[in-house]
Amino acid sequence: MRKLLITASVLALGAAVMPASAETVRWARASDALTLDPHSQNQGVTHTFAHHIYETLVDRDVEGTLIPRLATEWAVKEGDPTVWVFTLRQGVKFHDGADFTAEDVVFSLDRARSDKSNMKQLHAGVQSVTAVDDHTVEVKMSGPSPLYPNNLTNTFMMDKTWTEANNAVEVQEAGSTDDNFAVRNTNGTGPYMLESRDPDVRSVLKLNEEHWAETKPAVTEIIYLPIADNATRVAALLSGEVDLVQDVPVQDIERLGSSDGIKVTTGPENRVIYFGYRFGDEPLKSSNVTDKNPINDPKVREAMHLAIDRNAIQQVVMRGQSVPTGVATPPFVNGWTPELDTYPEKADVEGAKALLAEAGYPDGFTITLDTPNNRYVNDEAISQAVVGMLGQIGIKVTLASRPITQHSPLIQNSETDFYLLGWGVPTFDSAYIFNDLIHTQAGHYGAYNPSGYTNPELDAKIESLETEVDLDKRNATIAEIWATVQEDRVLLPIHNQVLAYAMKDGMNLDVHPENQPRLYNVTFGE
Amino acid sequence: MLAFILRRLAQSIVVMLVVALISFMLFRYVGDPVASLLGQDSRLEDFEALRERLGLNDPAYIQFFRFIANAIQGEFGISYRLQQPVSELIMSRLPATIELAFTSALIALVVGVTLGVFTALRPKSLSTAVIMTLSLVGVSLPTFLIGIGLIYIFAVELQWLPSFGRGDVVDLGWWRTGLLTESGLRSLILPAITLSLFQLTLIMRLVRAEMLEVLRQDYIRFARARGLSKRAINFGHALKNTMVPVITITGLQLGSVIAFAIVTETVFQWPGVGSLFINSVQVVDVPVMAAYLMFIAFVFVVINLIVDILYYAVDPRLRVHASGSGK
Amino acid sequence: MSTPQNPATPVATKPPSRLYRMWDSDVFFSFRRSPVTIVAATVAFVLVLAAILAPWIAPYNPFDPASLNLMDGFTAPNSNSMMGNYFLLGSDHQGRDVLSTILYGSRVSLFVGVSATLFAMAIGISLGLTAGYVGGTTDSIIMRVADIQLSFPAILIALLIFGIARGIIPPSQQEGMAIWVLIVAIGLSNWAQFARTVRGATMVERQKDYVSAARIMGVHPLVILIRHVLPNVMAPVLVIATIGLALAIIEEATLSFLGVGVPPTQPSLGTLIRIGQQFLFSGEWWILFFPAITLVLLALAVNLLGDWLRDALNPRLR
Repeated sequence: MRKLLITASVLALGAAVMPASAETVRWARASDALTLDPHSQNQGVTHTFAHHIYETLVDRDVEGTLIPRLATEWAVKEGDPTVWVFTLRQGVKFHDGADFTAEDVVFSLDRARSDKSNMKQLHAGVQSVTAVDDHTVEVKMSGPSPLYPNNLTNTFMMDKTWTEANNAVEVQEAGSTDDNFAVRNTNGTGPYMLESRDPDVRSVLKLNEEHWAETKPAVTEIIYLPIADNATRVAALLSGEVDLVQDVPVQDIERLGSSDGIKVTTGPENRVIYFGYRFGDEPLKSSNVTDKNPINDPKVREAMHLAIDRNAIQQVVMRGQSVPTGVATPPFVNGWTPELDTYPEKADVEGAKALLAEAGYPDGFTITLDTPNNRYVNDEAISQAVVGMLGQIGIKVTLASRPITQHSPLIQNSETDFYLLGWGVPTFDSAYIFNDLIHTQAGHYGAYNPSGYTNPELDAKIESLETEVDLDKRNATIAEIWATVQEDRVLLPIHNQVLAYAMKDGMNLDVHPENQPRLYNVTFGE
Repeated sequence: MLAFILRRLAQSIVVMLVVALISFMLFRYVGDPVASLLGQDSRLEDFEALRERLGLNDPAYIQFFRFIANAIQGEFGISYRLQQPVSELIMSRLPATIELAFTSALIALVVGVTLGVFTALRPKSLSTAVIMTLSLVGVSLPTFLIGIGLIYIFAVELQWLPSFGRGDVVDLGWWRTGLLTESGLRSLILPAITLSLFQLTLIMRLVRAEMLEVLRQDYIRFARARGLSKRAINFGHALKNTMVPVITITGLQLGSVIAFAIVTETVFQWPGVGSLFINSVQVVDVPVMAAYLMFIAFVFVVINLIVDILYYAVDPRLRVHASGSGK
Repeated sequence: MSTPQNPATPVATKPPSRLYRMWDSDVFFSFRRSPVTIVAATVAFVLVLAAILAPWIAPYNPFDPASLNLMDGFTAPNSNSMMGNYFLLGSDHQGRDVLSTILYGSRVSLFVGVSATLFAMAIGISLGLTAGYVGGTTDSIIMRVADIQLSFPAILIALLIFGIARGIIPPSQQEGMAIWVLIVAIGLSNWAQFARTVRGATMVERQKDYVSAARIMGVHPLVILIRHVLPNVMAPVLVIATIGLALAIIEEATLSFLGVGVPPTQPSLGTLIRIGQQFLFSGEWWILFFPAITLVLLALAVNLLGDWLRDALNPRLR
């Protein structure tokens, strides 16, 4: 009886806050989508915005699992492991009324893997795309690619006729001087249509009444407002000028959560924050040890690992809003195991000092730590805390803090001895981490491995992952690679980021592991 | 006269070239645009290829000449970040900044002159001491702190005024104005006050000093002796003579108000050229940064030029000795 | 109350001319008559002294990372942390004592402010003297450059210089150099005011008979400039320098807010405010409040002193 009463009152409340008419959500975040051209930038903010106007073949839900969107089914072709077959959804229309067909998929995938597209790396293994019939598409890969659909979650489908008619077949390339039609105009299949857009200021999206989904979104209008300054963005929510803030500073979560009329939802992001350092015999540029590289000694790396109190960072710097980790991969990713993810409960200062002394550095050494200060949650403060922790075992760290645009070149040009970086894993597979962070820096591989770490045996294993069809065998190789990476302490992982969305009471929105909330999934009511 | 203007014009062009060179140098060093243009999925060869296509691998002087050649035609290219023509971006943001700058200049002028006159006429009173001291608080607080403080008090705690943005705007075709809607006007109040405080103090002190100076002049004493009313003396003679330097300074300062708007616009998310500039700095959007600097330099050069010519017209001494740069 | 911090003393120790001795006594008189100035001088004196003595009077050394404990973080003012340490003004997000960071931070801010002002003064005075004395094309060029500099906002110029320096200095040395780059950047953005004033005064002095006489007698121009012209322009220079010092301190804070400044491990007052600003809404008001109040007090006191100095040194306004 009592339970029944509660249900009844909840229903009444729900009815009160959900008017039958239009529901507008004013959505604030730190920056604007860079472009409306869906293949021009491979960047989270841009994709998140695009997901409301354009759609992908497959999508990822808040659990991180693949779900159908414009493709209803996908499978490897029988008898040919190098071909993926996608069955397309029927009855889908673009905003201008044109039918969505296999032709459009072929066109879009070709555009996405064209030379000027920023999405092309995700489709590097594609040899050709062909339409079998109006609603079936075959993608031929250069070799067996068991995980290819994972790469499709941010590749959007455009209308071939519309794009050709407006001379936008070529992707707008950064730095070019032509003014591409697709940058400012859209014609997608998504649940919302672009009503107006003033970059950096305000974009308005209206509900697409013709959308194929059976359940209509509760949000009928989206006003997207980029607000760069953290304090101003939080103030706008507190004063009721916006309804949803996506980038909530961790220190404000508690205050916002306890404010009247505001609630905060949190959840883990698929992104790990870690430190890297330079391997090799050559002396470090920023150290007082001038005859050799102290970090090349495994004992020193172990000492650094022991000196860091990850729980303290989580409690104080991150205000509890992070998941400390002992391995450089988020739990979402294929290859993560609880066994890998162990780390010392507390810092072992004495043990670390003893190891340093054994390695021949009883008084420690000096080194410069390069950190970004505007890219990851509290990145500078994390580095600052690590400076203190390493200081306690005698390693005197100079902190060099820069905006990410000045930090990235140091990584790409291998100009750093010790650095902080964060890594998101859009494919949800360890190979993505190995390719860029572990493999020796060479051509296709190791773009973000400035450490000089090189292990030919490991490189061979990493390369083998790309074409291995036997998933069990592949997973075994992944486990082997992680074992070596952990044993060598190639990376110094700190934690996985936690995301927080703050919104007005009565609105429900779950945290998306790739920080790509979909406002068409918003519900109202308790 | 013509020779004087021509010489000034030539000097102005040199100034523009110097600014162009400085801004160009800055952009080569401030960061690597390629890093922010390409995402984490990009490979080393992509970076190299893009650098090549953007012409970033050419020698510096070739890039500089290309930059100048394009700038003369008003062509600053496409924003790396927003992928739209830079000139168009700047023009679309300009109204917001100009409305903010003029409003705050107006506040500074009206309040500054009033307080300046008041404090000059009562040099010994307590209220003068209080105003003079308080006005210094205004210049002793960094602009960003004033802005955040105002937001906290008036937007979050009292909820009287909006905390960010420009409110609703009315599109007049070539100019989007926020002055015609209620929300637009309300949005203008906090940023305009924030931006005006510094100039306000400056103008107030200038008016006070000039007034004190003028009031001591013989002709004022003479007027007093003749029995003219206090009112006529203070406003008819003293203030009138004070206004020339005040208006000159305000005019010259208008340019720096536009530039100072950078900080205010960032705090209030005011969609003007200043916040466009800061957003561009963060991702090293070279074309926008270059265009912005050139634009600011242009505004200054034009204002200076006008002031110079006006002075030349007003002050006959300059005609005799027209080589000087002193004002 | 007479304080030893009479800012006019440096003027008085210059080669004594009758004029100076007279000014000095008047200055001192007007100082005693103005209670606001006495308070400002006291505040400035205490803040400067505290900053200089920071290593000896601060309860902790916040610039030594090894002595910090993260678990001390976010302690409220006048209370003990979880680790049992006492913090009079609370602790920040790194477990640093706010009082100590303010003391050390004022030191950094004052050092940057004073050095930048001295740098600006050196450039401004030498260029101003040259322009005023030599005249002609040299004068035109110098003053045109000063015009550009004056019309360009100081912050923008400082940003430019900072950006260029970042590119020229190798990454591994940038942090050590940061504070010097900041000094040069702020100094270079403030020299024009000095140059203008000095030039004007120099031109006036140059016309005077004693200078012509000295010139005819073959006295070296440098000697004329330093012995005769310079002392006569020092009064306005001092006024500009005082106000310039307050401006430089604020400018450093604004640059820190915009993300170019000293390393966060050795923060200035401006950097402390930038960091504290993040905790405005989360309840840890003390991390922002105390550094901000210190900055305002410091800048206000220096401004008030400059104000008084201007009135005191300008006999016409008395």
